[in-house]
Amino acid sequence: MESYTFLRAFADSWMLIALFAFFIGVCFWVFRPGASKTYESPANIPFRHEDKPAPPRAQDPSKEA
Amino acid sequence: MTNYLKLIVLGLIAFLALIAANYARDLAYLVNAITIALAAGAAFLWVLRTTDEPVDRVDLSGEYMDGVIRAGAVATALWGVVGFLVGTFIAFQLAFPWLNFEFLQGIGNFGRLRPLHTSAVIFAFGGNALICTSFYVVQRTSAARLWGGNLAWFVFWGYQLFIVLAAAGYLFGATQSREYAEPEWYVDLWLTVVWLSYLAVFLGTIVKRREPHIYVANWFYLAFIITVAMLHVVNNMAVPVSVFGSKSVSLFSGVQDAMTQWWYGHNAVGFFLTAGFLGMMYYFVPKQAERPVYSYKLSIIHFWALIFIYIWAGPHHLHYTALPDWATTLGMVFSIVLWMPSWGGMINGLMTLSGAWDKLRTDPIIRMMVISIGFYGMSTFEGPMMSIRAVNSLSHYTDWTIGHVHSGALGWNGMITFGALYFMVPRLWNRSGLYSLRLVSWHFWLATIGIILYAASMWVSGIMEGLMWREVDANGFLVNSFADTVAAKFPMNVVRGLGGVLFLSGALVMCYNLYMTIRRSPAVEATNSVVAAE
Repeated sequence: MESYTFLRAFADSWMLIALFAFFIGVCFWVFRPGASKTYESPANIPFRHEDKPAPPRAQDPSKEA
Repeated sequence: MTNYLKLIVLGLIAFLALIAANYARDLAYLVNAITIALAAGAAFLWVLRTTDEPVDRVDLSGEYMDGVIRAGAVATALWGVVGFLVGTFIAFQLAFPWLNFEFLQGIGNFGRLRPLHTSAVIFAFGGNALICTSFYVVQRTSAARLWGGNLAWFVFWGYQLFIVLAAAGYLFGATQSREYAEPEWYVDLWLTVVWLSYLAVFLGTIVKRREPHIYVANWFYLAFIITVAMLHVVNNMAVPVSVFGSKSVSLFSGVQDAMTQWWYGHNAVGFFLTAGFLGMMYYFVPKQAERPVYSYKLSIIHFWALIFIYIWAGPHHLHYTALPDWATTLGMVFSIVLWMPSWGGMINGLMTLSGAWDKLRTDPIIRMMVISIGFYGMSTFEGPMMSIRAVNSLSHYTDWTIGHVHSGALGWNGMITFGALYFMVPRLWNRSGLYSLRLVSWHFWLATIGIILYAASMWVSGIMEGLMWREVDANGFLVNSFADTVAAKFPMNVVRGLGGVLFLSGALVMCYNLYMTIRRSPAVEATNSVVAAE
C-alpha cells in the first residue's frame, strides 16, 4: 500500500504538472518563429520517394528532397 | 544454417502442440492446438523446401518491400467481407431469433457469433488494414525499405494465425468475456510476440529512415502500436487454470477488473481505431488530393492532444457502477475535452481539400475519404455527448451505443480503409488505375446508405428502449418489461439488418473491382518493386 500511496500522490501532482507543461510546451514550440518554413518540407514528405527508397545519403546528396 | 534452427523449432512446436491436443481439457483448446500444429507443420514444410537451395543474394535495399503489403491488402478485403457477413447475419438473428438454428446451438448462436463479428471487423479487417497501410506509409515516408527482412512476413502470417485461433476459440466457447479482448491466455501470448515483432519492424524502418523528419502519419502509427502493446499486456494479465485448458482467471477482481477492462476497451477505440486510422488519413488524404496536409502545425498539436487525453476517457463506460464518482467524472470530463483534438484533426483532414473541392465531384475515392472524415467528426461528437452522465443514463445498454460504434467503425474506419485500398492496389500491382471508377461510386453509395439506415434505426431504437426502461407509472412501478422493448424494436432491427446487407454488398463490389484491377487493368511500366520478384 505504501508504494500505491506514493505513486498515487506523485501521479496527481508532479507527473500531472510535468505532462501538462510538456503539452503546453509543444503548443508553443509548434508556433515558434520560423516554424511555418520549417514544416513546409515535412508536410511534403508523402510526395517524395513514391516508388523507390532514397539512395544512401553519402553517395548521392543531390537526389535528396 | 538458420534454416536448420528454424526446422528444429517448428518441429518442436508442432510436436508440443500435438501433445497439448492429446491432453486438451476442452474443445476450443483442442481445436486451437491442432491449428497450431498444422500451422507449424506447414511452416516446417515451407522452410524445408527452401533449405540448402542456392540463394541469389540480390541487394533489395533500393526497392520497397511490397509483397507483404499486397498480401495484407488481400487479407483486409477478405476479412472485411467475412466480418460484415457475420455482422449482417447476427443482425438478422436479433430480428428473427429462429436464425439461431437448433443444430448449431453452442457454435452458431448469437452469443458465439457476436465476438466473432466484432473481432473480425476490428482486428482482422481493421488490424490487417492498419498493418499493411503502416508498412506502405512508413516505407514511403521514411524513404527506406522495411527493416528486418522477412520479419514483416512473420508479422503478417503470425497475425493471421492469431485471428484464426481467436475466431475458432470463440465458436467453441473459449472466451475471457472481456469486450474486444476475448481471446484466451495462449492466444494473448502469441499476439504479444507478433505485436512486438511488428513494433520492431516499424521502429527499425523509422530508425534507418532517409528523411530527416518523421512524418506525422508515422507518429500516429507508432503511438497506436506502442499503446496497443501496453493495453494488451495489462488487460490480459491472467493465470491459466491448466496449461492444457483454455480457461484462465484474471489477476484483477471486482471494480478494478472492470476499470482495467474499460481502460483497455476505450483505448482500443482511441488508439487502434482512431490513432492508427488517423495515420492513414494523414498519408492517403494528402496523396489522393495531391496537396500537403492543411496545417502541419495543427497535426502536431492534434497528435499530442489526442494521445494525452484519450488514455483517461475509459471510466465513462462505468457510470452508475461501483466505480467511485470521482473516477467516472474524470473519464467524462476527459471525454468532453476530446472534442477539441478530434475536431481539430477532422478540420485538418477536410481542409486538406481546400482549393481542390472540385475533386469531390470527379473523384469517388476522395469522396470516400471525405465522408470517412465526416463520420469521424460525427462519431467523435456523439461519443463525448454520450459520455455525459445524464445522457448516459438514457443511452447506456441500449442500441444507441451500438449505432454509435457502427457509425464510427463502418463510417470512419471502414470508409478510410476502402479509400486506402483503392489508392494502394493499383500502385502495388503496377496498374495504370482502377478497373472501374463507376463501381467505386456504387460502393460509395451502397456503403453510405447502409450506414445511414443502420445508424438511424439504432438511434430510434436506442432512445425508445432507454425511454421505455425508465418509464414508471403513478405508483412508481416500471411500466414495461424487458420483453416489451424487444418486441418494440423489431422494425428497427430489420432496418439495421438491411443496412448491413447494403454495406456488405458494397464491400463485395469493392472486392470485384480490386480483383479486376489486378487481373484486367492495363499495366504500367514497373516503377515500383517488381511483382514477379516476390
